[in-house]
Parts: sequence; structure tokens; C-alpha cells
Amino acid sequence: MNANPRLENAIRQLKFRDPALARRLAGAIARVTKEIGRSPVSVMHVCGSHEQAIAKFGLRATFPEDLNVIMGPGCPVCITDMPEVDEGVALARQGHIVASYGDMLRVRGTSLSLNDVQAEGARVEVVYSAPQAVELARSTDREVVFFATGFETTAVATAAVVRANPPKNFSVLSAHKYIPPVMEIVAEMPETRVEGFLAAGHAATITGWGLFEPFVERHRIPVVVAGFEPLDILAGLARLVELVRDGEPKVVNMFPRCVTKEGNLRAQEQLWSVFRPVGGRWRGIAHVPNGNLRLREEWAHLDARRRFTIDLAALWDDAPAALTADCICGDIMSGISSPTDCTLFGRECVPDSPVGACMVSSEGACKIWHQYGGHPDLGVS
Amino acid sequence: MCLGVPGRVVSVRESVAEVDFWGVRREVCLDIVDEPVAPGDYILNHVGFAIRRIPPEDIGQTLALYETLLAEAAKDDLMVADVRGEIEATNRK
Repeated sequence: MNANPRLENAIRQLKFRDPALARRLAGAIARVTKEIGRSPVSVMHVCGSHEQAIAKFGLRATFPEDLNVIMGPGCPVCITDMPEVDEGVALARQGHIVASYGDMLRVRGTSLSLNDVQAEGARVEVVYSAPQAVELARSTDREVVFFATGFETTAVATAAVVRANPPKNFSVLSAHKYIPPVMEIVAEMPETRVEGFLAAGHAATITGWGLFEPFVERHRIPVVVAGFEPLDILAGLARLVELVRDGEPKVVNMFPRCVTKEGNLRAQEQLWSVFRPVGGRWRGIAHVPNGNLRLREEWAHLDARRRFTIDLAALWDDAPAALTADCICGDIMSGISSPTDCTLFGRECVPDSPVGACMVSSEGACKIWHQYGGHPDLGVS
Repeated sequence: MCLGVPGRVVSVRESVAEVDFWGVRREVCLDIVDEPVAPGDYILNHVGFAIRRIPPEDIGQTLALYETLLAEAAKDDLMVADVRGEIEATNRK
């Protein structure tokens, strides 16, 4: 190959953003949706990256009116439950260094966020990867608690550092979540009536698309695995509405350049050797059976919940009555409401002073809609 | 946090690769990826870990999927013919 690799990379990438192809795919979505002959046809994606691409590239404006593309509980920051944030806050207040992914710092627990306790003098560090939290622990004598959030794709990274013999002053506060169980819950919600799911390509890269087969069997709802480039999403939606039209409940992989049926077995082995699924709450959604990932017994010595005593009652005593009573993040993440249905959206709740978790994270539906203008009316009929 | 980003491997040292993401170079951990990774390969990165080596031939496979979707569209549409030509050209490369 000749070549400037960066140029090659750019050309390759542009193939997945080609406007002419995008228009054709959008046309296919509109045509098939019309052939279904019902309104609205509701489909759901469960990934913040999908919503970002949809908003950033203005794809929603190309969707037909009769197609309702809902963002489900796909933002890892948003579904981290308040008591889980409280645990991080309590550990930071005890004098331990708490390290977490950037967006987590601004999410409020029952009364405080990690940013708030940082302002009080606690040491809270932003990391971009789990190994950075381990590095931090190696550089200090103090206890470093890695507040580990995110779905299975991110949990695999945590599992890898847990297995790599981290220093004694390193521990994990796991708030990791597992997506497949929450899809079961959303599929059963009568208010949402989701007719198809667009599954996240990178999670499926780990777990494999075969994982969705029993789900499809149980709920008779099609699942299409899609990547994150604009064309990946449009092609995924085009295939999904075809499956809805034809009443074909099956799994289709539209992201074969990354996703296989079995997935990444090496990653799965690491994930399940470190974590076990347990039931627990997802913020604003519900108790999700098997939806939380917690450290297995053999890693108890690295589990912050075992190493430290965490008294949450002390935090809850001075919790203020907040605007959060009016916040509808839960309904938004369940697909029952849109960000613009919320009375706080763009008024009391903005990215600089978010009320709800969906306005905090760059993957939250409210933040994305606020940033990119949500569902623009371009005056195109 | 959960964005999957593709990048091109520049060099590999034990279980760490240096990867070029559109001009930004970062170290990426290879403890999770299930295939050997060599300089010149594309990988899908997620929070500092390579989760997949992206085989170049699979990129053509994805584009072929799009073509199947478009096959349902009108056969005499010039723009469709155009797009098909482009996909074929990509597959030949």
C-alpha cells in the first residue's frame, strides 16, 4: 500500500458518512415505515453514542414522522443510582482518593455530587481509563477507590485491571450495569410499546449478537446490532423497520466489521471471572434483576464496599428537597417522554447546572438535545 | 465514557499499543482483544482498551449490507446506480 495512513483512514471513515448513501437509506426508512401503515412505529436504541450520532448529524430530521426513535436507558452516567453516587461521596469524605470517569463527578447523589465534596477539600480525580486509576494508586500511599461506572463494555476494562494484580491501596466501587436485563424490562413496559431494538455495536463486540437470540425468542421483537457512524445507524434502522414490517422477530447484525455471533470470548471470560450479575436499581427506571455487576467473592479484598464502612444514612439526613421532584429523567430513559416534555428542560435544568442526570452526561438525552437542538423543525415537508 | 473509537496501530510493545486516532496518539491496552494486533491494523478502542481488531475485509462486508438494503429501491434510479458503483469500487480496493 502506498500511502499516507491518515488519509487512508479518513477516506475509509468518510465511506460511512457519505451523504448520497445516507439520503438513500433515509428514503428506505421512510418508504418501509409507510408500508407498515401504523403510527407511530416506536423503536428504541439503548446507547448514548447512538443518540449522539443521531443528534450531531441531524439524522432525526430525516426520520419519517410516523417513526419514533426513542433513546432508552443507554447512558451509563444517567442510570447510575443515587445511592451509588452517595457511596462514592461518602468514601471521598472519609479521606480516600476517589477516581472516576469525568461525567460522574457532576452527577448528584441524594444530596451531593463528587464535585461538591471536591470543593469541600476531598480528593477526587478524573481518569480516562481503569489503568490510570491503578497508576494513581501506585503513586501514593493513600487509598485509591476507583468508582467504576458504565456498561459491560466498560466493565471489561475494570475486570482487566482487577486481574492484573493492582497495588494493595487500590479498590473498586462497582456501579457497573448490564444492558440485556434492562431490555427485558423496557420490552414489557405498556407505556412504551417498543417494536424493535437497535443494539449497541461496541457492547455487542464484547458479548456477541447471539446473546440477543433468547430475548427475541421471548419477546418476539426484532433486534438489529448497529455501529456508530451515521450510515451504520441509518442502515440499522432501515433493516429494523423492515423486520417490523415483515413481522420477523430475529437478530440481524449490521455491524459485522466488529461484531461476531460469539463476541470477544477472551473479554467475556475476564468479565465474568471478576463480576457477577445481581439485582439492583437503575436510576429512574426500576429494580432490574441481574442488572448490576458486582465483584465476585474471590475479589472481595479489592471491593471498596467490603474494605470500608460506608454510612449513607448520615448523608441522607441533610438531603435537601430538590427540584428533582419535577425531573422526569426516569420517563425519558424509559422512552415514555422526550426531553422537551420536561418543564425543567432548558430552564432550571441546563448543562451548567443540571437538575437531572440526563442533563449531566455527554451521553444523556437531555444534554444532547440541549446541545444540538433536539428535534429541529427544518420546515421540510 | 462509552464511545467506541477506531484507530490505527502504530507500534506494539508487549500488551500495549500506540494507536493513532486521527492524529492524536494514545496508548491502548491489548489485554482484552482476542486476536494478535500488529502495526497497520485498525482496532476499536474503548476506554483505553482495544476490544476488537477490525479486519479490513469486513469493512467491505458492511458496505455490501447497505447495498442489499438499497436493492429494494427502484432499479432504474441513477443515484442508486451511482452508489452501487462506489461500493463496488471500495470492495475492489
